Amino acid sequence: MITTAIKKHKRALFLAVFVLFAGSVNAQVVNLLKINQLESRMEKGGDTVYVVNFWATWCAPCIAELPHFEKLQVEYRDQPLRVLLVSLDSKSKLEKVVIPFVKRNRLQTEVFLLNESNEQEYIDRISKEWSGALPATLVYNRKKNIRSFYEKEFTYPELEKMYYSSK
Amino acid sequence: MKRLLVLCLLSIGLLAKAQTTGYQIGDVAADFSLKNINGKNVALADMKSAKGYIVIFTCNTCPYAVAYEDRINALNKKYAAQGYPVIAINPNDPGTQPGDSYEKMQQRAKEKGFDFPYLMDPNHVITKKFGASRTPHVFLLEKTGNGNVVQYIGAIDSDTEGNNPDKVKYVEKAIEAIAAGNKPEITTTKAIGCTIKWKKDGA
Repeated sequence: MITTAIKKHKRALFLAVFVLFAGSVNAQVVNLLKINQLESRMEKGGDTVYVVNFWATWCAPCIAELPHFEKLQVEYRDQPLRVLLVSLDSKSKLEKVVIPFVKRNRLQTEVFLLNESNEQEYIDRISKEWSGALPATLVYNRKKNIRSFYEKEFTYPELEKMYYSSK
Repeated sequence: MKRLLVLCLLSIGLLAKAQTTGYQIGDVAADFSLKNINGKNVALADMKSAKGYIVIFTCNTCPYAVAYEDRINALNKKYAAQGYPVIAINPNDPGTQPGDSYEKMQQRAKEKGFDFPYLMDPNHVITKKFGASRTPHVFLLEKTGNGNVVQYIGAIDSDTEGNNPDKVKYVEKAIEAIAAGNKPEITTTKAIGCTIKWKKDGA
């Protein structure tokens, strides 16, 4: 009887330590993002190149290219480049799916979840060229007046090339 | 001045692009003949009593397309009898996306009880002609004396997750409009979906 109680506690203790540990290693947060917030941040960016990747946890090609976006941010961390990963998962999936995914994959770049519900409005606001298919990527450089949109998957060399032509 | 010129050139480029990327509202869609999952080819002209067609580019593998399977079934059940059958076309290359092979399409159609054609489009010929860019992507055609006129392009409804009672059923509204001899109020919509899995170069 007593031994089972200890065993139970041990397990609970182990679990608690594990949770704490896991929580402190991956402190990555996923904030909700409105289009207005994204636009105003990019407007204030000066010479910063924003590479905004639209993805979702259910989109296999998106997940395949995420490491390229991570790598781009790491490789050029000393340059005015910000990679933003904007998830189009539904808001109801934030806690149960998106945050665990971000933690599991130890994503280092900034991750957001798009907090918009009207597809007819927000897709066009991001780009008139966008049909809505994922993955999609928006590149913005306020200083150079560059705003380009890509409804496609990127390889790392393609992404790097696209960054060079936008900075 | 230079900037203005660049802007003009850019706009022309965009316009040109918009015109070459598939059908627009009011265009006449050419007929096609594609292999169905029962091995027989299907053409629009085969369905002689049809008043129009709900052409849906969809697939086995896109979670958003899968989320709409029951609603696609329901559309066909409701509107085939009224003269507007569903014609599903899988635009994905099975080499790029093995889950969209002919056998997998047969299997999925059986599991879900599809009672409409589910067609293959080798080399994306018809997909490109229509200008489909994602799954699911609907083109509603109305049969007229001048051919099959594109009346609506876009999403099935405004609620992918299928839990919003206030959703707008775009396709149903468009069919009701053309069946009543009117033009649909909303003719194009956009929606989040999956990219088409194009055949890889050299494959």
